[in-house]
Amino acid sequence: MATETEAETGLAFHPMDQFMVKPIFGDGPVHWYTPTNATMWFAITLLAVIALLVFGTRGRAVIPSRVQSIAEMTYGMVYKMLEDICGKEGVKYFPYVMTLFCFIVFANYLALIPMSFSTTSHIAVTAVLAMFVFIGVTVLGFVKNGMHFLELFWVKSAPLALRPVLAVIEVISYCVRPVSHSIRLAGNVMAGHAVIKVFAAFAAVLWIAPLAILGIIGVYALEMMVCIIQAYVFTILTCVYLKDALHPAH
Amino acid sequence: MFSLLQQAVEVVSDTGTHVEAANQEAAIAAEHAADADLVIVAGDHTVAATENAAGMPQLNPEYFGNLIFWLLVTLAVLYWVLSKVALPRIGSVISDRQGVITGDLMQAEEYKKKAKDAEAAYDKALSDARAEAGKIVTAQKADIQKELDEAIAKADAEIAARTAESEKRIGAIRESAAVDARSVARDVTAELVRRFGGTADDAAIDAAVDARLKGAF
Repeated sequence: MATETEAETGLAFHPMDQFMVKPIFGDGPVHWYTPTNATMWFAITLLAVIALLVFGTRGRAVIPSRVQSIAEMTYGMVYKMLEDICGKEGVKYFPYVMTLFCFIVFANYLALIPMSFSTTSHIAVTAVLAMFVFIGVTVLGFVKNGMHFLELFWVKSAPLALRPVLAVIEVISYCVRPVSHSIRLAGNVMAGHAVIKVFAAFAAVLWIAPLAILGIIGVYALEMMVCIIQAYVFTILTCVYLKDALHPAH
Repeated sequence: MFSLLQQAVEVVSDTGTHVEAANQEAAIAAEHAADADLVIVAGDHTVAATENAAGMPQLNPEYFGNLIFWLLVTLAVLYWVLSKVALPRIGSVISDRQGVITGDLMQAEEYKKKAKDAEAAYDKALSDARAEAGKIVTAQKADIQKELDEAIAKADAEIAARTAESEKRIGAIRESAAVDARSVARDVTAELVRRFGGTADDAAIDAAVDARLKGAF
């Protein structure tokens, strides 16, 4: 009955339906181990990254093929970013940073395929990614520098009277990092997809359809940029946090 | 949900004759709607919740475990594949290429040096050949000059000898010519003197002719 009503008015707003996690097999409840559409798109992301970085480079050619050059450029970009920000010591953590970057880029772009499921739009996913970075960086900071890591919060360049106040602010901003780190990515991806869906609903009305379709094209183009920019921002922030752990002194 | 109610109400107004039945239907519809509303507000684990999203699915804790579990699996596999296979391979390819480029550049440098050496050798050979040629030319010139000088000297001597001989002959001819002229002049003078009736004194005639001819030869 509900769908009939929608067919009459032509407007059905379900912009958030696309983010729902559903089991692939049957209609049962979603347990933690249930293979769901999320599982499928995680797997597709994984396979896409492997296709680029492993199968794309199987020739090991001195003069690279197209796919191999893309893989090498990705490698070079992330490696240079890490080396520029963290220095030589940061290179040890390159596989992890590369894992993050590749996963986010591919998850973002695969989510732009119509009917796909956008894994990075889920705060649970980005929060895990961000918490890994936060906990990893904090542990690494204490292991590498011991109690000197706390100097990160003690701004030596400020006047002595201000330092305790600044320390409180620094600690708060440090603890908020994973929140902003994760919500930035999930929020960007989710907002873009929801807006496209709203435009798509408007496209069902004849007289507004051209405008709505133009809107979809525009937002889609914007999302194409957002995908790479958010992956880049996530990775570069990871590098910056890692730098804090390796060289805590301001 | 409201659409359900609306439709129910429409049914009521349209079918005025079957008020009872319509009322019943409306009640059932309303009940359904209420049920559905409950489902959505609670956002619980029933099948109804999977039909349409209620609020943000991102905030539905029911999904968290599933998403996190499969994310961790994905990340673990991806990290393993990247750190064991992909990144070492790409790194080695890049460094191999760097090595090949460096090697090629060094080889090119070597070839350049060789080319320079060859050029220097060529230049040296060329200048040597030039010097040799110059030497040969000078020697030949000297030889030719010597031969030429000899020939000129010989020719000069011959010319001098011939000139001397010619002069001697001319002198002899001139001498004989003078003698002949004197004797002719004497004879002519003697004859003239005789014709004019004088007596020809040979000594006087000779002296007169000689005096007249003095300076002519």
